[in-house]
Amino acid sequence: MRTEFTWISGSGFVAALSAIARIHKISNPSSDTVPILQTDGLAKTYAVRRKHGQDAAVEAVRGVDLSIRAKEIFGFLGPNGAGKTTALRMLTTLLTPTAGKARVVGYDLHTQPKQIRRCIGYVSQAGGSDTSATAWENLILQARLYGMTTDAALERARQLIDQLQMDDFAQRPAMTYSGGQRRRLDLALGMVHKPPLLFLDEPTLGLDPQSRAYFWEEIQRLRGEGTTVFLTTHYMDEADKLCDRVSIIDRGEIVAEGTPGDLKKEIKGDSIILGFAGDHSLASGRHQLAGQPYVKEVLIKDGKLHLYVEQGEQTIPAIVRLLDAQQIAVTTIEFARPSLDDVFLLKTGRSLRDTGSE
Amino acid sequence: MLQQLSLLFVRHLRKSMRSPVWILVGLFEPILNLLLFMPLLKGLGNAPGLPAGGIERTFVPGLLVMLTIFTAGFVGFGVMDDKRIGFIERLMVSPARRSAILLSLIARDLVMLVAQTLIVTLLSLVLGLSMSFPGFCAALVMIVLVGVVMVSFSYAMALIVSDESNLASIANTVYMPILLLSGIMLPLTLAPRWLKIAAKFNPFSYIVDAERLLFAGTFNDAEVWQAFAIVIVLAVGTTAWATSRLRKMSA
Repeated sequence: MRTEFTWISGSGFVAALSAIARIHKISNPSSDTVPILQTDGLAKTYAVRRKHGQDAAVEAVRGVDLSIRAKEIFGFLGPNGAGKTTALRMLTTLLTPTAGKARVVGYDLHTQPKQIRRCIGYVSQAGGSDTSATAWENLILQARLYGMTTDAALERARQLIDQLQMDDFAQRPAMTYSGGQRRRLDLALGMVHKPPLLFLDEPTLGLDPQSRAYFWEEIQRLRGEGTTVFLTTHYMDEADKLCDRVSIIDRGEIVAEGTPGDLKKEIKGDSIILGFAGDHSLASGRHQLAGQPYVKEVLIKDGKLHLYVEQGEQTIPAIVRLLDAQQIAVTTIEFARPSLDDVFLLKTGRSLRDTGSE
Repeated sequence: MLQQLSLLFVRHLRKSMRSPVWILVGLFEPILNLLLFMPLLKGLGNAPGLPAGGIERTFVPGLLVMLTIFTAGFVGFGVMDDKRIGFIERLMVSPARRSAILLSLIARDLVMLVAQTLIVTLLSLVLGLSMSFPGFCAALVMIVLVGVVMVSFSYAMALIVSDESNLASIANTVYMPILLLSGIMLPLTLAPRWLKIAAKFNPFSYIVDAERLLFAGTFNDAEVWQAFAIVIVLAVGTTAWATSRLRKMSA
């Protein structure tokens, strides 16, 4: 244990506090109020040379401000290509930002990347497991790279193999693992040195529902032990059920931030989605309904009318009566409780579901 | 730093040992050359332009340099693989130093290269090669230095390009002219004037010439020292380039 935390003697005040709190299983109130990660206008611009000779700039991340508290599960929710991974790679010292500042576990991102690397764990989308080696070999190498002795590394590997239930396959090379098994090893590798801050890039991408549920439990358990988890996801249910706080990111910018509950409250009630027989009835339906007192917000998307109303159950009959009286032909009615997708739709005018492949 | 280097070196060596098929495939071509091409050259006997000392002493040093270019020059593919599975990125986020990451790879490649060179040389001795032993030791040192050049070049390219097929075409485009303009299979003394002049601009032609001299036990020839100077400069340059590419991965 002693070798793992030699960095405490440095200037990492916050990191030291949270690490000490974890070792002694005490909760230090002051460590909860100082953010473990803070960014100020963090940006990444790529220069792309076009064929016609002019240079064009691609702004992958445009001025992101974040503040993450110790011991929370923070989620970056956004479609593919929104800039989540780019932001994460900057915060994990893998990419140099073109603008902005950040402090990660108490260290400055520009001047102290080495100190940051010692205190963070990172599980990339690709994973990082050496597929030619077994779980044991992977974990021991990782532990040794973080300065543990051979004995300490062996002990830590055994702990993680127990904890993540990898016993059945830990002796086999990782290239023989199933997706879920490999993902478990990836996560274990990120946790080897017990980092106070763990970054997970799309941790459950492509996993079956059972493995996902298992991962969510494991991530919550980590938080319970005092680890701060920063994850990216494009699954709204993951952000909704797992995260304490969420930032919604689109086209390199944060469009909304808060707890999933607060964000959904912004939706002002439930959503009702109406399908009409034609464009004409859609237009007149919109015209009629927009003026109703119970309708808070109206949007047209994919030829359907999205209404945000309070108490959807009680409003549906009123809507049907109104449209009937005006002889406007409704073909379908859908009713939904607000989700983070509605938040995304409201903020960006697009749905998370159809921005999937970029 | 040394500890990180040795930890990673062991990992890389273990990975190579787990796929012995590739080691055999790598040896297959030089062995075929020895068995099926060298006898053909023997038939040339003492054709004008060929140096004395047996055709083996002309052919084997060239073959070893070619083996170095083609095995050491393609190690980048292994690192593309490590890049794809996220292993390189995992190392970059860990406290491992950039130089340890690169040097551990180079160290593994050089060990493999020396082993290959020894196997091919032993087989050549069986097939009738006669050589000076001290000369061979110096020649081996030069082979290792050429290995450093090729390996570093290959890693630098692998870190720049995005996929394997690009790497393959770059490697082939660069290596074929190097090979043909260095008199590897047959000495350039046989070449027409324009080809000789073109070869003067290829650093590898000096290296191949020096290898042949060293196999014959000639140390005090200016060409030998020129070749050492050239290969050392190239080795320092390419290693520095590869290290800077690794650092710039984050740009």
